[in-house]
Amino acid sequence: MSASATALANPVDVAYLITGVLFILGLRYLSSPKTAVLGNRLSAVGTLIAVVATLTQGIVNWIVIGAALVVGAAIGIVSARQVKMTAMPQMVAAFNGAGGGAAALVAAGELLKYVNAGTAITYDVAFTSVLSAVIGALSFAGSIIAFLKLQELMTGRPITYPGQQVVNALLLLAILVAWGLVVSGVTPVLEWFWIALGCSLVLGVLFVLPIGGADMPVVISLLNSFTGLAAASTGFVLGNNVLIISGALVGASGTLLTVLMGKAMNRSITNVLFGAFGAVKTSTSAGPSGGHNVRSVNPDDVAAMLAYASEVIVVPGYGMAVAQAQHSIRELESQLEKRGVEVKYAIHPVAGRMPGHMNVLLAEANVPYDSLYDMDDINPEFERADVALVVGANDVTNPAAREDTNSPIYGMPILNVDKAQNVVVLKRSMASGFAGIDNPLYDDPKTVMLFGDAKKSIDSVVAGVKAL
Amino acid sequence: MTAHLLAELTVFILAVFVGFEVISKVPTTLHTPLMSATNAIHGIVLVGAILVAGTADTPYAGIGGSVVGFFLVLLASLNVFGGYTVTERMLDMFRPKKRPSPPADTGR
Repeated sequence: MSASATALANPVDVAYLITGVLFILGLRYLSSPKTAVLGNRLSAVGTLIAVVATLTQGIVNWIVIGAALVVGAAIGIVSARQVKMTAMPQMVAAFNGAGGGAAALVAAGELLKYVNAGTAITYDVAFTSVLSAVIGALSFAGSIIAFLKLQELMTGRPITYPGQQVVNALLLLAILVAWGLVVSGVTPVLEWFWIALGCSLVLGVLFVLPIGGADMPVVISLLNSFTGLAAASTGFVLGNNVLIISGALVGASGTLLTVLMGKAMNRSITNVLFGAFGAVKTSTSAGPSGGHNVRSVNPDDVAAMLAYASEVIVVPGYGMAVAQAQHSIRELESQLEKRGVEVKYAIHPVAGRMPGHMNVLLAEANVPYDSLYDMDDINPEFERADVALVVGANDVTNPAAREDTNSPIYGMPILNVDKAQNVVVLKRSMASGFAGIDNPLYDDPKTVMLFGDAKKSIDSVVAGVKAL
Repeated sequence: MTAHLLAELTVFILAVFVGFEVISKVPTTLHTPLMSATNAIHGIVLVGAILVAGTADTPYAGIGGSVVGFFLVLLASLNVFGGYTVTERMLDMFRPKKRPSPPADTGR
């Protein structure tokens, strides 16, 4: 960005422009499974071009930069390769947190540069550097908590305490005041900056703590959008267009995904973030197993039911992911298809821990994606199905969401599993789902339960079908 | 507001619209890879990390400062390399494969 309108463009800025275009094309190609891999690679090439161009910009600390690049790449690639597909959401959360932390430190460094050089800090720089630091730190701290919850290193249940909202509001107020002081240049500017940064870290932790594990996908999507905005904001601090463009793209994408997920759960984003969803229900579900009158069956019974059906709808949920049962289900599908049974999969938009989580897992097991059906397409089909096989899904099949106005999940669109002729539920135990509520489906006379690890249960069912 | 900031704001706002437009065409099936892909894209903050930590006037100088600079670039690098690798792995599963279920042909 030169002062003169006639000056030649800096080649580095041209490189950044190419990167911006590659990112947009990359996202464009993500709209079809056939071109998605190409899309991801275009984006990667875009990043590579921008990084190489940046390395020509008077870099002197080669050892620090080089070592950090190599170590970061090694850790990133190795962990990304080794992570199980089921642990993907927390992996994304971790990488997202890393990006947020980096954005905060970039903003801090740029402000320090001004202070060290003794030059006056312009309003623009003051405003945007605090903005990047605040959003980046929030995203960093929030992502770590999301990671810990999903990795089950801490409880997935919402953590609530009295006065929670007041504490959060006070922190937010402190951030805004400190921000105002930095922008108006009240000394000591740096100290106010660190206060804003520190409060954001604490707020990031406190903001995610009361959100239940089931809502983590929404949180990760939102934090992803935050990191995008933090990156865009560092672009304003540094006067760097490629950061602005990519940050804006990610911010837009994260926001859109968050809204879509909220719609799929029929809840507003405010309700997800501040509703402390599970808190109410932990009390109501105190004795769920007590009043239950369920029919438990063995794998051979299920095998016979499935083998003599003409249409079976499989409803996968997080339990399938945890048990890594997708390959066994694929095996069951081919055994059933050999016997002429039609097998379809019903995918609830928020089944699992991320939108499309089930699609990824089933694709991993080679289930063709045209046999996966969205909720709206499959719901009328349940009446015709002989068996609905629920594998580790709970809340998304709960008829209370449709019928019981007192249920906390009332109004959430569900899969109409209870309309099928027979329902087989695979479950580890009678424990309630992530939302912590009773599921009347289990008391339904046409429902039978097969308790145990989903993978072992399916394997036994497959053996049963083969033996028939 | 400076003219410079306004020019940048223009770029930002147009990019937001492009973002909404492009993302709204991505099917639900691909939402998890999409989240992961955009996660990798914001790893572009690596550019900012290199500029802040690598130039002669870096505030992250000296032993302590270098540690911060190292950590900063490491975080961004982790975001980029990890992000793209994870996305690639997810998308690999959506690729049409040579059908690995030949029993369907030989069985009947």
